[in-house]
Amino acid sequence: MSDSHDSKHAAHAGHSAEEVDRHVRAAYYVFGSLLVLTGFTVGAYFLHLPKHLAITLALLIATTKGSLVAAWFMHLVSERKLIYWMLVLTALLFIPLLLLPTLTVADHIHLR
Amino acid sequence: MSMEIPYTVEARPDTGLTNGKLGIWLFLASEVMLFGALFASYVMLRVGSQNWPPGSTYLNIPLATLNTVILISSSVTMVLAWASIAKHDFKRFRLFMGITILCGFGFLIVKYFEYSAKFHHELYPSTNTFLAIYFTLTGLHGLHVIGGMAVNSYLWGPGSALYKTDPVHFMNRVENSGLFWHLVDLVWIFLFPILYLL
Repeated sequence: MSDSHDSKHAAHAGHSAEEVDRHVRAAYYVFGSLLVLTGFTVGAYFLHLPKHLAITLALLIATTKGSLVAAWFMHLVSERKLIYWMLVLTALLFIPLLLLPTLTVADHIHLR
Repeated sequence: MSMEIPYTVEARPDTGLTNGKLGIWLFLASEVMLFGALFASYVMLRVGSQNWPPGSTYLNIPLATLNTVILISSSVTMVLAWASIAKHDFKRFRLFMGITILCGFGFLIVKYFEYSAKFHHELYPSTNTFLAIYFTLTGLHGLHVIGGMAVNSYLWGPGSALYKTDPVHFMNRVENSGLFWHLVDLVWIFLFPILYLL
């Protein structure tokens, strides 16, 4: 298969061959980063940090890993605006979903 | 009357997306809410509990770490499968999609050993709240792995016939299946620390 055919085909599908190659290169970097961050996650566990610090650190690393997956594997770095707006709306609904049940059991908050 | 779904190859002018891609992102948004509700349940149960056992009391951290590496690797092979088909290399697509499916099997086999060990020690969802939420979250995640494997296997096997007649449509299907597979990976990235390590 010739390179020009590759380029033409990929371009027709909405992704130039160069763009595909860029995503593949990025995928390798992200893969390495995810492995290193997984090592940090497990390593932090064996440090036996205070509970609050351990939770903060673990969630921080997980959020970083999740962002890398979403940005590069799911191509969110170069996505259409409509998808971003949809995700913003999801986040706006997701945050109360996560917080509301917890707030209702907090003694110092009185919901009337 | 034609029953064909429109805009599966060309982007819809008003959204700038194919209908398939818009559909899969709407589905993924609903998945975020589904797992979000369960994460909220986890937080509420944990905050409201007098005693919450560390995950390592019941769970096997080395096996879960292995499963994390398997799922991360499968995400990379999924990207390589998509890139191969985008560059019109069907053989490489089959190779990488095959590895992705095998990684899914690997994940489930490790999960089988984990679950078996629990049942062998008579640890069930009904044993305590921690195990109830553990089995619920990992069980639902496992079902998603099986679902993703089913779609990937279809695209690897009979579904790949579409490549001969409409390669761009096929590539879009691979991309959409990949988006779902990456979400499965993303959910596990959060499940691993909160269940096993905290």
